[in-house]
Amino acid sequence: MEFTPTRTVSFAAIVCFVCSIFVASAAVGLKERQKENATLDRQKKVLDVAGLLNEQMAADANLIKKAYAERIKPVLVNFKDGACTGQDAKVFDQQKWAKDPTTSTDVSGNKAKVQRTPNCAQIFEVKSDSGTGVDTVIFPVEGKGLWSTLYGFIALAPNGVDIKGLTFYKHAETPGLGGEVDNPKWKAQWKGKKAFADGSAVPTLYVKKGKVASNDKYGVDGLSGATLTSNGVTHLLQFWLGDQGFGPYITNNLKGGNNG
Amino acid sequence: MAKNKEVLLDPLFNENPIALQVLGICSALAVTTKMETALVMSLAVIVVLIFSNLAISLIRNFIPPSIRIIVQLTIIASLVIITDQVLKAFVYETAKQLSVFVGLIITNCIVMGRAEAFAMQQGPVKSVIDGIGNGLGYSIVLIFVAFFRELFGSGTLFGVQLLPLATEGGWYTPNGLLVLSPGAFFLIAVFIWIVRAFKPDQIEEE
Repeated sequence: MEFTPTRTVSFAAIVCFVCSIFVASAAVGLKERQKENATLDRQKKVLDVAGLLNEQMAADANLIKKAYAERIKPVLVNFKDGACTGQDAKVFDQQKWAKDPTTSTDVSGNKAKVQRTPNCAQIFEVKSDSGTGVDTVIFPVEGKGLWSTLYGFIALAPNGVDIKGLTFYKHAETPGLGGEVDNPKWKAQWKGKKAFADGSAVPTLYVKKGKVASNDKYGVDGLSGATLTSNGVTHLLQFWLGDQGFGPYITNNLKGGNNG
Repeated sequence: MAKNKEVLLDPLFNENPIALQVLGICSALAVTTKMETALVMSLAVIVVLIFSNLAISLIRNFIPPSIRIIVQLTIIASLVIITDQVLKAFVYETAKQLSVFVGLIITNCIVMGRAEAFAMQQGPVKSVIDGIGNGLGYSIVLIFVAFFRELFGSGTLFGVQLLPLATEGGWYTPNGLLVLSPGAFFLIAVFIWIVRAFKPDQIEEE
């Protein structure tokens, strides 16, 4: 067969065209499903950190959706006055806000290596069993570990001080070392610790290198072999609960605020 | 002409792409800390290999030699993207753990190696069988490595705790080296050693 330049170019064009049709239809056709997976995964993690997730529920998408709709209420928090006006908390996309320079604030230079904070942020209030009052308040956190940015949630009691749980829903730390942030035993240590010292607005919760003393109210054991991930977790928690993060909201609305 | 059976079975031990040709070991290091990820990765590579070999074999007589590598890569890359999308849609949790490594199947030398060395010369049926064979050869090594890394690195298999960890009140202190990439290097070396001990003709001449 003769391969003239015209033939070669048209062959390349045909291959590209056919391949692009396949790729495009896969991407478009599966998009809804992927989006649903991502939403479901997020709802699952919110329920998990709220302590509402059980094994039966984890395996059933409908139970997750039901529990989420019944117990979780997304709330928007102003980082800048009035930024949340007119936004719907249910469909709010915080990641998008944090990326867009017109809806976020440059905070670079902090230890958590967070570049921008959104002017409006989404937190979750967990309604108590009886349906009245708030059990738990969940704050999104993110920051650099060793390899990756860790994205997660921290759950505080309505007094804004007692920690009820911490979980990460996205990271790419070394499995078995930094990846142990997903270890249930390690995560369980956070429960019952305090995020702030009495009357202080500066967050004091941290991950220690090595083992913490049994009477330590603020620290948990470090992840062995993962000092940088451990430090990253400390920095990101202190950043997001500090004055550039949710600190002012916690001081004004939780500690001594409406929820007492 | 090689028989179909040989085409299928040779890549398992006689001509294992990782053990003999030492191809595609980058992903063998990255996804083998757990059995589950290794298994899904193996399936993904087998699927990509089958379809890339099939597609390239079907159009082998029309591919202009001057752009054949680019054509192969275009087809492989498209297949990998589709595989990645499917994984994200149906096994979201595992896809999240595999993250970029599914995308990196594009750069897996086994896939392009088979396209160039086999599918460009052989008919579609043989090419598909060759794809399955080489995919399985890759899978054997991945699962071998993942088995030892997960069992001795974290004391689990498929996430089920078999060796109770010392940190959780058991007796087993996990071997941290196995969780890191060098652990996979050692295991692949052991695999190659075992294969070559039984098949001395694979040993390269000094």
